Amino acid sequence: MRVLFVLALWVGLATSSAAEEVTTATLDNGLEVVVIEDHRAPVVVHMLWYRAGSADEPVGSSGVAHFLEHLLFKATDTLASGEFSDIVAANGGSDNAFTSYDYTGYFQRVAADRLPLMMRMEADRMNNLRLTEEDIVTERGVILEERNQRVENSPNALAREQMRAAQYLNHRYGVPIIGWKHEMETLDMADALAFYDLYYSPNNAVLVVAGDVEPDEVIALAREHYGPIPAEPELPERVRSQEPPQTAERRMIFEDARVSQPYLTRSYIAPERDSGAQEKAAALTYLAELLGGSPFTSALGVALQFDSQLAVYTSAYYGGQSLDDTTFGLTVVPADGVTLQEAEAAMDDAISEFLSEGIDPDQLERLRTQLRAGEIYARDNVQGLARRYGAALTQGLTVEDVQAWPDILQAVTEEDILAVAREVLDPDRSVTGWVVPSREVLQ
Amino acid sequence: MKLLILALFLMVAPLVARAEIEIQEVTSPGGIDAWLVEEQSIPFAALEIIIDGGASLDEPGKRGATNLMMGLLEEGAGDMDARAFQTAREGLAASYGFDAYDDSVVITARFLTENRDQAVELLRKALTEPRFDQDALDRVRAQVQSIIRSDSTDPNAIAGAAFDAAAFGDHPYGSDINGTAESVSALTRADIITAHRNALVRSRVHVGAAGDISAQELGILLDDLLGALPEEGPDLPGPVAFGLDGGTTVIDFETPQSVALFGHEGLERDDEDFFAAYILNEILGGRGVQSRLMEEVREKRGLTYGVYSYLVPKDYAALYLGSVASANDRIAQAIAVIRDEWARMAQEGVTAEELEAAKTYLTGAYPLRFDGNAAIAGILAGMQATGLPPDYVENRNAYVEAVTLDDINRVAGELLNPEGLHFVVVGQPEGLD
Repeated sequence: MRVLFVLALWVGLATSSAAEEVTTATLDNGLEVVVIEDHRAPVVVHMLWYRAGSADEPVGSSGVAHFLEHLLFKATDTLASGEFSDIVAANGGSDNAFTSYDYTGYFQRVAADRLPLMMRMEADRMNNLRLTEEDIVTERGVILEERNQRVENSPNALAREQMRAAQYLNHRYGVPIIGWKHEMETLDMADALAFYDLYYSPNNAVLVVAGDVEPDEVIALAREHYGPIPAEPELPERVRSQEPPQTAERRMIFEDARVSQPYLTRSYIAPERDSGAQEKAAALTYLAELLGGSPFTSALGVALQFDSQLAVYTSAYYGGQSLDDTTFGLTVVPADGVTLQEAEAAMDDAISEFLSEGIDPDQLERLRTQLRAGEIYARDNVQGLARRYGAALTQGLTVEDVQAWPDILQAVTEEDILAVAREVLDPDRSVTGWVVPSREVLQ
Repeated sequence: MKLLILALFLMVAPLVARAEIEIQEVTSPGGIDAWLVEEQSIPFAALEIIIDGGASLDEPGKRGATNLMMGLLEEGAGDMDARAFQTAREGLAASYGFDAYDDSVVITARFLTENRDQAVELLRKALTEPRFDQDALDRVRAQVQSIIRSDSTDPNAIAGAAFDAAAFGDHPYGSDINGTAESVSALTRADIITAHRNALVRSRVHVGAAGDISAQELGILLDDLLGALPEEGPDLPGPVAFGLDGGTTVIDFETPQSVALFGHEGLERDDEDFFAAYILNEILGGRGVQSRLMEEVREKRGLTYGVYSYLVPKDYAALYLGSVASANDRIAQAIAVIRDEWARMAQEGVTAEELEAAKTYLTGAYPLRFDGNAAIAGILAGMQATGLPPDYVENRNAYVEAVTLDDINRVAGELLNPEGLHFVVVGQPEGLD
């Protein structure tokens, strides 16, 4: 049930920032608007992000956020099922959507003069979706086949699911975005509509428009199309159950006959970028590069792929953008004839050596240069910039945080990196998985 | 190859954005041709170099040599070993790509304006003075072997390998460019040097560039970069007949979802009916407008997450392929629907409305492809590799608009061969013969 609700009467004044020609505004109904100008080509990306992802799902209906994402391409009061995408295509555009732990997003890429049409249609399906039982049944078949394709047919994906489930005891990040199969099979109309009615609301959404547009015009269009939609008064505060402190190392062996190349992977629970406090995440961004960014110059690459040649592949991963605690990950694929035990021991030795020997100042400088250059290269991809803002604003960050991030990265010191490494690379915060075709290879 | 297909559909529609790019034809002082789109607002440039030949130039018994050679170009050059080379590259924040395909090798680069000369000099060393050190060779060989092992239990890779082997036999198209565990383990440093000599050939180069660089600067850059490559290379392989008849091949593999790759002979990209065929495919199983296959298999029946078809005009053979994946107990139904749709399209063709919708989409979507420096450089190189003129960008709308309902429906009858469609299914499908 949607009830008309008028927010305190403040008209968001547009504020402008020099960094990427970004303008922001907030409508009376709570919709946040971000406009990124890029006038190189007469094209626009129109993205609507909801602060609702798989980690916001009710217990027992895992996958409903993603299921609903699929269902949003069905009929509304004014459009037939599938017509949304047909109209985008008829205007020479492309459209799609994505679901993550913390958000669900919809986007179209189209000629800039088509923006009003995109807004009209996107605003329409925020409120006016009309699902049938047949939609539910066929689309449930589709998402189950999507799970088959992405997960059930991939032992690596199945292993990743188990790793996350072990890493997160209490947080919904331990449940896969696409859902557990047995719960996906039970998703129904009521599940989808409950999620839709609560979360698909202007006060829970962020509109990002990027490309050959004028901010004033975009904001006026947003008022026209999204402005009349009432805010959701029942929108709950975004509180998820958090992880307790991890106090014991966790280990798993994942066995699947389809694994032809055994490997090991480890994750550590790690802090994420928090609004106004992104320094640790910046240091962890460097740490991932220093440990496993380049096979030629990183600690794991040099030790395992060059010096000892115990591995054919090494990597480190850190995804700092997350609403709640994130993970820092390592992967090692041993060379032929090298056991997982030997590979893991070599990995741990390389980490210890990194912590005791410190960081080569030249390498730190090269990373700084690459991160600075990354900002230049990023300006070439306006859709990437749009995603950067949309993800940030649905994951607890602000426009100011996004714009401060490059400078925070540049200010990271060796001491920062080693301190955060000692904090995070603690066995008692870790999950280690061995992925093998059969336990026999461990004999 | 996918670049070439994209490049064929450069279109401008009256209602939508125009591709406002100006292509400059550049000839270096040393005689190397390139196309450039100069765009100075961001201080970097992207370069794409396509060289005809590719893995099809692998010598008999040396399958995988071209692929391994390309993987080794970033592993040391001149007086720098692999780590010294990469340390230098990282310090410049440049990135290079070295990839092998069936019919070409492709070199991509992205570098900042502030250190362009150094970045190009480093790339020059990689292309013309690679070291192919034995330790690097062994290290990268082990990586390729790991990929070959992984592919051996990947249902999509298994299906592709089986389809190619049955369709093309001993021709290079009949086997994976990675080579086999046996062929790769036997490759020597001399084989890699031969592959390098054969694949990187000046007369077969197509260059696209975009970003913050002038025509004059690009000309000098290209002479520096490519001037030392040998002018001519070995003969390219000849055409090969598609040797697979209609039917179904099931490869037993224990996995919950069956993967099917299907196809029959296609159409050359210089065929006068190629545009009609391209639009036809867009309607049958393309990715832009809602295709008939997606409508019937996914939207109406929920049998798959995705079903697609695509024209694959390679240099020495032309294919019309498709793919689908469904649970083992549903794949038979998905395949039956696809066969029915293939037959229905061959017999009835498309409607006037479908043709208009596909044209509108294809013409309107074209300008959106010029999406950043790397994309533009790739399109420019691809157009040249396909033999298209620069003004293609402005004139191509007429080619798509010129396709009539009669054309497309004649081509539907000629191209689509429901009886000739062969499905390779990997999994444990139920109810398939």
